[in-house]
Formats: sequence, structure tokens, C-alpha cells
Amino acid sequence: MRLILALALTHIMGRGRQTLVAVLGVALGVGFSIAMASLMQGGEDDFVAKLVDTMPHVDITDERRAARRQPAQDEFQVLHIAGLRPREDRRGILNPTEATAMLRAWVPGRMALSLKTQGVVRYAGRDVGIAIIGIEPEAERQVSSLAKDFRQGSFASLIAGGNNIVVGDRLAQRLGAELGTTVTVVSATGQSRAFKIVGLFHTGTTARDEGESYVLLKNAQILSERPNAINEIRLKLDDPNAAPQVARRAEAQLGYKAVAWQEANESLLEALVIRNVIMYTVVGAILLVAGFGIFNIISTITHEKARDIAILKSLGFTQADMRRLFLLEGLALGAGGSLIGWAIGFGLCFALSLVRFELSGASVAQEITRLPLAWSFWHYLIAAGLALTSAGIAGYLPARQAARLNPVDIIRGAT
Amino acid sequence: MSALIETAGLTRILPATVPVTLVQDVTLSIGAGEFVAITGPSGSGKSSLLYLLGLLDRPSAGALRIAGRDTAGLSEDERAQIRLATLGFVFQFHFLLPEFTVRENVEIPMRRLGRLGAGAMRERSTQLLEALGLADHLDKRPEQLSGGQRQRVAVARSLANDPPLVLADEPTGSLDSKNSEQVFAILDALVRERGKTVVAVTHDSGMAARASRRIHLVDGRQAEA
Repeated sequence: MRLILALALTHIMGRGRQTLVAVLGVALGVGFSIAMASLMQGGEDDFVAKLVDTMPHVDITDERRAARRQPAQDEFQVLHIAGLRPREDRRGILNPTEATAMLRAWVPGRMALSLKTQGVVRYAGRDVGIAIIGIEPEAERQVSSLAKDFRQGSFASLIAGGNNIVVGDRLAQRLGAELGTTVTVVSATGQSRAFKIVGLFHTGTTARDEGESYVLLKNAQILSERPNAINEIRLKLDDPNAAPQVARRAEAQLGYKAVAWQEANESLLEALVIRNVIMYTVVGAILLVAGFGIFNIISTITHEKARDIAILKSLGFTQADMRRLFLLEGLALGAGGSLIGWAIGFGLCFALSLVRFELSGASVAQEITRLPLAWSFWHYLIAAGLALTSAGIAGYLPARQAARLNPVDIIRGAT
Repeated sequence: MSALIETAGLTRILPATVPVTLVQDVTLSIGAGEFVAITGPSGSGKSSLLYLLGLLDRPSAGALRIAGRDTAGLSEDERAQIRLATLGFVFQFHFLLPEFTVRENVEIPMRRLGRLGAGAMRERSTQLLEALGLADHLDKRPEQLSGGQRQRVAVARSLANDPPLVLADEPTGSLDSKNSEQVFAILDALVRERGKTVVAVTHDSGMAARASRRIHLVDGRQAEA
């Protein structure tokens, strides 16, 4: 085998320029594939990370997935009951103390309880509809990404004295209010209370910045006239990927609808899969084209070295030896190309990682972002694997032909 | 003395719209230690017969036994193995691999056979090349040698795996008389001193005359000289 390898390398080295072109073809293919995979994966990771970060990993609400089984169904042979709906309990999640204790016993992660209700905030003659979310600041800080997005104040500011509220900066802007302003909050039940703005947050998502406000859980309960009620339990898990299992177990245990972030974003995640399929198709196509370069050079070598093939066969080399020889030449070009391609890919990724963007939009302060890049050993392996496969095929086709060559034809022709 | 090569009715016909008969009904037996010259006019099938004997080509009809082994049913790989271990070839043109040195060329069949270690192969190739007067050219490339020297390297290569049988196809055909004489003397010595069997195709009547036996072909058939 080492002899075959020596022969293969001699053949390749004998055609310096062509070899260089073929190897560079593979190398560029591999390099760009890696850079592309890195960017795509990076973009995906970044996207998913933002998604996972902003959302609770598992969201348990006071809804049920299906309408409850009706007693009539047990008593009679009922074919159909019209107008059944999953029940929405005004009391929220029943027995929240027990429910949270049950979850706390096994859920690997943090948990926050909240009561979400609708209301209107009124200031200086303007009414703006908002979602009022009652929270426990300490628990909320551990679960919500909002804690990072505070422009002024924080969740903790809610605790100190009186009726306090935290709103989005755009809502404050619309109202003409600012930190320290006292606004009136009117709930859906007609309760009206004055709240002092003690914090402003900016998430970048307009819907939230304009439509969300946070108060203490107890205040939300008073506003909505639902003492001791909560209607949402949000979980932040140590391992976001475990969310579907946790959600399933929680739902089985509590009976309430528990939605994992994957379920909530199913269509988005599907789109990412499709994106990956497209990417690897393009990568495969690039490397297939590189394979043609290898096919070309090895075909040329087999024609040029027909005499050598005849000699080697007359010396006692088998057809399999000859096939191996040229297959090895193809693989050697593929391997050389892959190695250089790794370097090119690494270089490209490094260069891309230095690129900085300045994002600026109306009313959004300037943000400086780098391209999201994922560094993964797999990208290098997959690109090299595809390159080697393509090189192997490109080498095998002429190799098969060369192995079939009849030495007598060549020797006769030469003499 | 056992027969190294035995043929019976060996025939090779090239299939074509008008089939071409290369070798017709050749029956012969060559024993160990013989120096056989195959002679005949151009196109008489000398080389074709040699290729058949050397398992480079398959006969259309007839039987061929090499070292007592019937070759009819052998696979390509088994034939390659016999070529590797039992046969040595010398062609009219040296047919050395241009990218390798003289020594490497001689070692290629040894490495393929894989019986010897690296040190033993080096020793053997040196010995073979020195015996053929090429001691100063071990690490040169074939193109740096003269025609006669190259042909001697080819002889050394044919002996690499110490085969009992050496087949030579016009080994002196492209050499001048002095080099021809030298190569012929080497082949002759192989038979006399080392007990090899040499079968050489030649149209050099002087060389043929000195062989221990002559097989004359006319139009692919054995004929009286």
C-alpha cells in the first residue's frame, strides 16, 4: 500500500500546475463551505439564543388544551356536543401554592409566577391599552430577559414603597411620561389606581416596549379583583433543550397547558431546518464542481501514464492495485484541498468575525453588532467529508477505466 | 528436468470483422535452464506468443501450463501473482518508470511482492545492479542513463523477485551492436550461471544462433528454421 501511495504521489507531483488548480478548486469549495456553514449556523444559534433568552422555556397558563369531558358523555351515548370550549378559569391556576411546590420538586431551573391582565393607562388625557403583568421582582429577575433591558430603574424598584409600575420606554414616550411620573391605571374590572413609574425598559420589540407594564403581583391581583390568583407560571430551565419533556411532564402533572418554546416557535424552527437543507445542498454543489477538476486531472494522468500502467501490470500489479492507485490520487487531491480549505475557511471566519455593523433605526440608539459566527469542528469535518467523497468518486471513475487497460495494447503500440 | 512452460495447441485470434490470427496451434515445452530464442519474420507472431507465455494475454484456444500449473482457469489476480513472482519481463524499450531512480525501479516489484524487508530489498537491488555493472548509477534517474544502461536496469528489474523464468521481447532491438552483445551476454550468463530459463524474441540471427534452442514462427505457426 505504501508503494501505491508513493506511485500516486509521484503522478500528482508530476503535474504541478494542474494539481495546484485542482487542489485550489477543492480548497476554495471547502473554505467557502466552512465560512458559509459558520455564518448560517451562527445566525441560527444567535436567533435561537435570542428566542430562548427572551421567552420562558416552558410557559404554563391557566388554560387547558381540550374541553373537559362532560358528565353527559359518561351518562349517555352522546354523539356530539356543540360549542364546547377549553375552560378558562377566572380563578387562574387553581391552588398555586401546591402547584408551584410540586413543580419546584423536580424542575431543573428557575420559576416565576405572574398574573397577566389587561388594562388602560391614563395620563395627561391620553388612554393607552396595556398588558398589566403582576410579578414577584426577585423571581422575575431570574426568569425574564427583561432584567437586562432596563434603561432606568429595575424590577427591584417595584418593591420600595407605594404603588409602583415599570413600563416600556415607548409607552412612556407616547404618554409623555417619564421616570417618576404618576399615571393612572384602570383595569378591565374597572378598578383604578395611581402608579408611579419607577423603571423604563427597552427590549427593541415595539409591541412590548409600547404595550407591557409590570407591577407587583399583589397589585395586579387587586386591580383584577382576583386575590391570590396567578394565571401563568414561567420556567427557565438549565438546559433549554429539555423544555419539551419538562412541558409534557408539567402538563400531565398539573393538567394545565404547558408550552415549550420549541412548540411555541414550531414554524420558525422548521424554517431553520429548511434553511440548513438549502445550505448543505449549495455546499454539496460547490464541492461537486470541485470534483470535476479532480476528475479532469486524473483522467489526464491515466491517459498520460498508460504506459506506466502497462508496465506495472506486466510486473504483476493487479487491476485492484491500479484502481487503488488512481482512487488514491483523487483522495490525495481531495485531502490536500481539504487541508488548505480548512485554513481558508478558518481565515474567512476570522475575517468575518472582525466585520462590525452599526445598526441604527428611528429612536433606537446606535447598536454595534458583529456577525454571528459559530465555530464548530463539525463544519470542518462535513466540508472535508463531502470534498473527499466527491474526490473519491472523481478518482474512481477514471481509475476503473485505467484498471481495465490491456497492457499488451500499450506494449505493442510502443514497440 | 521438469518443463517450466508447456503449451498444447496454443492459439490467439484477435476477434474482428475479419479475425486476425496471431498465433496458431503452437505446442512446445521449455525446460528449466534453457535459453530459447523465438525467431521469425516481422508479423509472424513472435511477440504475441511471448505475451501469451507471459500471461499478459489470454489464448483463444489451447492450453498453457507454467511451472506445472494450468493457467486456463486463473483469475486476473492469480495471473498477476504469477507474473510478479515467477516471471520477469524485459521489453524492447526499457519501460522504466521515469520518476523513480534506478534503484527504486528495481525495488518496485520487490515492494509489491512484499517478501523482503526494506533493508533486504536495498541489499538485493544493489547486488543486482552491481552485477550488471551499474554500481555508479544507483540513484540516477533513467533519463540520465544511456540506452544500454537502461536496458540493463530493466534486466535487473526483471530479476527483482528472483523468478525462474525471464521473458525478453527483442531485448536488444533498440541497442547498438556493442550494447546488444552486452545484454545478450547477461541473459546468457543468467542461464549458464544461475540456472534461469530465458525465452527471448529476437530477429538477430547471430543472437538466435547462440541460444540453446530456437523456435521459428511463420504466420503464427511453428516452422522449421
